[in-house]
Amino acid sequence: MDLAVKLIVFLPLLAAAIAGLFCRVIGDRPAQFVTCAALLAAAVLSCWVFVRIGFGPADQKLVVVKLSTWIGSGTLDVDWALRIDTLTAVMLVVVTVVSSMVHVYSVGYMAEDASIPRFMAYLSLFTFFMLMLVTSDNLVQMFFGWEGVGLASYLLIGFWFDKPSANAAAIKAFLVNRVGDFGFALGIFAVWMLTGSVSFNEIFAKAGDFAKMNIQFLGMELNALTTCCLLLFVGAMGKSAQLGLHTWLPDAMEGPTPVSALIHAATMVTAGVFMVARLSPLFELSQTALAVVTLVGAATAFFAATVGLTQFDIKRVIAYSTCSQLGYMFFACGVGAYSAAMFHLMTHAFFKALLFLGAGSVIHCLHHEQDMRAMGGVREKAPQTFALMWVGTLALAGIGVPVILGHGLGFAGFYSKDIILEAAFGAHSTVGFVAFWLGILGAFMTAFYSARLMFMTFYGKYRGDHHTWDHAHESPPSMLIPLYVLGLGAVFAGIVAYNWFVGDSWQAFWGKSIAIASTKEILHHAHEVPLWVKVLPLVMALSGIALSYLYYVKSPDLPARTIAAFPSLHRFFFNKWFFDELYDRLFVRPSLALGKALWKKGDVAIIDGVGPDGIAAGTQGFSSVLSRFQSGYLYHYAFAMLVGVAGLVTYFLLAKG
Amino acid sequence: MSSWPLLSLVIFLPLVGALFCLVVQGPKEVVDRNCRSAALMTSLVTFAVSLLLWTGFDPTKAGFQFVEKAAWVPALGIGYHLGVDGISVFFVLLSTLLTPICILASWEAIEHRVREYMIAFLVLETFMVGMFCALDFALFYVFFEGVLIPMFLIIGVWGGKRRVYSAFKFFLYTLAGSVLMLLAIIAIYWQIGTTDIPTAMEKLNLSFAWQFWLWLAFFASFAVKVPMWPVHTWLPDAHVEAPTAGSVILAGVLLKMGGYGFLRLSVPLLPEATQYFAPLVFGLSIVAVIYTSLVALVQEDMKKLIAYSSVAHMGFVTIGIFVMNAQGVQGSIFQMLSHGIVSAALFLCVGVIYDRMHTREIAAYGGLVHRMPRYAFVFLFFTLASVGLPGLSGFVGEFLVLIGAFKANTWVGTLASTGVVLGAAYALWLYRKVVFGELTKDSLKAILDMNRREMAIFAPLVLLALWMGIYPASFLDPMAPAVDKLIGDYQAALKLARTAALAP
Repeated sequence: MDLAVKLIVFLPLLAAAIAGLFCRVIGDRPAQFVTCAALLAAAVLSCWVFVRIGFGPADQKLVVVKLSTWIGSGTLDVDWALRIDTLTAVMLVVVTVVSSMVHVYSVGYMAEDASIPRFMAYLSLFTFFMLMLVTSDNLVQMFFGWEGVGLASYLLIGFWFDKPSANAAAIKAFLVNRVGDFGFALGIFAVWMLTGSVSFNEIFAKAGDFAKMNIQFLGMELNALTTCCLLLFVGAMGKSAQLGLHTWLPDAMEGPTPVSALIHAATMVTAGVFMVARLSPLFELSQTALAVVTLVGAATAFFAATVGLTQFDIKRVIAYSTCSQLGYMFFACGVGAYSAAMFHLMTHAFFKALLFLGAGSVIHCLHHEQDMRAMGGVREKAPQTFALMWVGTLALAGIGVPVILGHGLGFAGFYSKDIILEAAFGAHSTVGFVAFWLGILGAFMTAFYSARLMFMTFYGKYRGDHHTWDHAHESPPSMLIPLYVLGLGAVFAGIVAYNWFVGDSWQAFWGKSIAIASTKEILHHAHEVPLWVKVLPLVMALSGIALSYLYYVKSPDLPARTIAAFPSLHRFFFNKWFFDELYDRLFVRPSLALGKALWKKGDVAIIDGVGPDGIAAGTQGFSSVLSRFQSGYLYHYAFAMLVGVAGLVTYFLLAKG
Repeated sequence: MSSWPLLSLVIFLPLVGALFCLVVQGPKEVVDRNCRSAALMTSLVTFAVSLLLWTGFDPTKAGFQFVEKAAWVPALGIGYHLGVDGISVFFVLLSTLLTPICILASWEAIEHRVREYMIAFLVLETFMVGMFCALDFALFYVFFEGVLIPMFLIIGVWGGKRRVYSAFKFFLYTLAGSVLMLLAIIAIYWQIGTTDIPTAMEKLNLSFAWQFWLWLAFFASFAVKVPMWPVHTWLPDAHVEAPTAGSVILAGVLLKMGGYGFLRLSVPLLPEATQYFAPLVFGLSIVAVIYTSLVALVQEDMKKLIAYSSVAHMGFVTIGIFVMNAQGVQGSIFQMLSHGIVSAALFLCVGVIYDRMHTREIAAYGGLVHRMPRYAFVFLFFTLASVGLPGLSGFVGEFLVLIGAFKANTWVGTLASTGVVLGAAYALWLYRKVVFGELTKDSLKAILDMNRREMAIFAPLVLLALWMGIYPASFLDPMAPAVDKLIGDYQAALKLARTAALAP
């Protein structure tokens, strides 16, 4: 078991090192072979570990493999260790299976690229960091994986480094994630300050003692655990692109499509959900934090769906859909249904990776065309992709017949999305109610925009140029086989896993890896909801698809007429609620302006002017420097403010000390 | 082996090489070649000898080791007293490691006055190592000030266009601070009648008023060296004008003298004042982190950008020292070591392309990855180490400092942490502008990737940054006893002062 776990984690790293460092020696084919083989082996091993842990006896559901010490200073002890429980085992399967499929797919998709070994190395490196993240035994190692996947994401978004847009998107992704990580780091500090430990076992053991305690944070008297949880949640928001810190995800579509499937749909972006589930014993002690998680999740689920309605880039539509689905997972966590969130995480990984890789297949077919306005009728050229995309779409829309056969019968997303909505309804709280209705609206829009994607891409007449159309072709087997594998997951993952994740045997399956008490209560309520709650999501999904059919197949002039009827609403959605513009005005430009002012006026004019140069120039210059303080220029005041901040902080601390 | 005067050997070995360079005769090419080889050999041997310090160092002891003590000016109580503890031993190693790297980096870049250049570097090494080993105020001051002279010459003679302005700015700034430190040293000497530092640590017992003024005097000197905001403006100019190796030593070792000074003198000798002034240090450091990060964001000159980032990174160091808990202090020492490796490597990265293109302007580059994949890898590696990516050296120091600061005061921890976001912004921006993008500039079309010599320079630094990031225990464990003692003594002194104040 120990060896298997180590192999799962370190095989991808080894493969990345071989492919990355010796790429020019070994060439393209061996690099592809090494990385794919390592990942397939890791996937097989992960399935074995999953079976052993998930269905093992209750006392063997947690394995910790200590590797070495990492950081030890005073009372702070951090180890390198791999922790495997059911929660981790689920993630291991999701990560390695999707990753290995993406590796195989990339052999075909990237066949004409000039830097194949580099691409494969990055993919494997990403997988290593992701595995370190999900197997971490303490917060700091989780942070290691957390930042590591951020790095891999940065490298892969900017993989085509000639494109300025790709570079900008890569930096944006890294920086927005850093803002989240800033919160995560503060959360780690706070948890350590409170419990004196960063390792999960000890934190969970001690957390209960602090449920009612307050701490001083930035001069405020706050509930200790709520503060910790909210700070950590900021990290989760960054990684999982929740409202406010979501702006990087759509731009991240600049990266090659396999990257979008692996990192920005199936695995990395779900790390935030994983984190909340992992820390569920902590979150469950703070109702305030959970309420925030619910509201942020619900708001994101709704917001991203509205934007998804209007986009034309095939990958961006799916990206917003990812954002929205992550919102569902979060509000499931927020109402305490951690196992439902993980269920949706798992099924979503399959059908969303399927959709992305399918979109990649379309893009490949149409020679790097991503604008759906220049598509249409592609089912003729790529019938297999077409069929598989429908599978993904129906799974995403959550199509299935509720109630029959006990838990209904349908695609993977049907089971997981419905249990989330039922849990939100069953929570019987205000936030749960808000989440339920926003989720229902989201389900309608999800069905609408996913069907819109299908209709615009595969139906009707081709709208692009003829040269591309003549060369359009179905993708090679290396790309189609992964699609079929993921397609199987999108169809069967729900029906197979329902019982373990949220059904009767959930407790035997999860063991102690997630907070039990609240899960028990909420799942009980979720199964008891009235019939209309179980049927409503299907009604919404079907009417969404039907409306979409009406709009994009039956009478294609409807979209334009609708836009003409609600121009400002459309502009608001189409421009993504103007978040980018807002942030640019609020943060980016002021930072640059302030930086320039501090440099030219602060350093050069004032410090050097008063200091070395000023003394050299003698008293004569001195008075003129002083008079500059009252100049009415903004930057002078900004400078004076900084001095003031320094003074105030000093004063504040002095008074405290 | 233990009976050998290892510290003296490490300090004065470089002078042997310098002496050889001084006397070697012949035509210019021969002299240049011989001086280069002699300097490299000497510094490598010195480094090898200094490794014995590490292997022979007892990591369980808190006190000074390899102590050498001899009378120097007995009439005045001045002695030749050397020794290293867990705090200083790694700085000695850092100095002896970076010197051969600097010499190798100057191999082709320095073409005129090679002999003098090599002598300056070897003398500089002697002063640096001596400074970290000195346990006598007089000796400490001589070495501390001595460093200025070769550095002044390196910038002033082999520097860029505005080298004279920068050299004088550097000299005046640091000298102004040092004069005040000299006064403080004299004042301490008057109190205890000896210049022995360990004796002073034991015996010195000053009233708060005295501590107040002496602390400020030391502060003036060390704050300039670190450099702390707002006395940092000499650093960007000095870096920009200095030759590559000068920048490497400046960022790698010289800045650490300030932080080391705080740890060696201010904290143990003046504990009450240290506690009193800690908020001031926090305030200035936080401003340094935020202010210089913002300024770095808009720089047009590569070296200036890295110089400003140094000020920000050193801001973490000063915060860590003054939060006075194990994490903070160990973190700040670790951060200094890590910054010594990483910023040195970043300046070397600039040097690689400066040697080829003779410009440091960011806008003159772009798309280098097409012609220089190896360079792109190394530059990215150190950029990431600099932004504190976990698994590389920068993370450990930053993390420890910030967690220590947060424990001491949530304001300090939170505000300082913002530097982590800003740091990523300017570092990645620089990397993108220089390395990524299309290679459109004609001047760059024939640029060559790193050669073997350059790879040999970077290889040890890459390995060290990884080692320090993945298994920092090799460095944290030996420094732990000394740091614990420092903090223990500090707490004890404060307690004593409190009881004294409460007594009727």
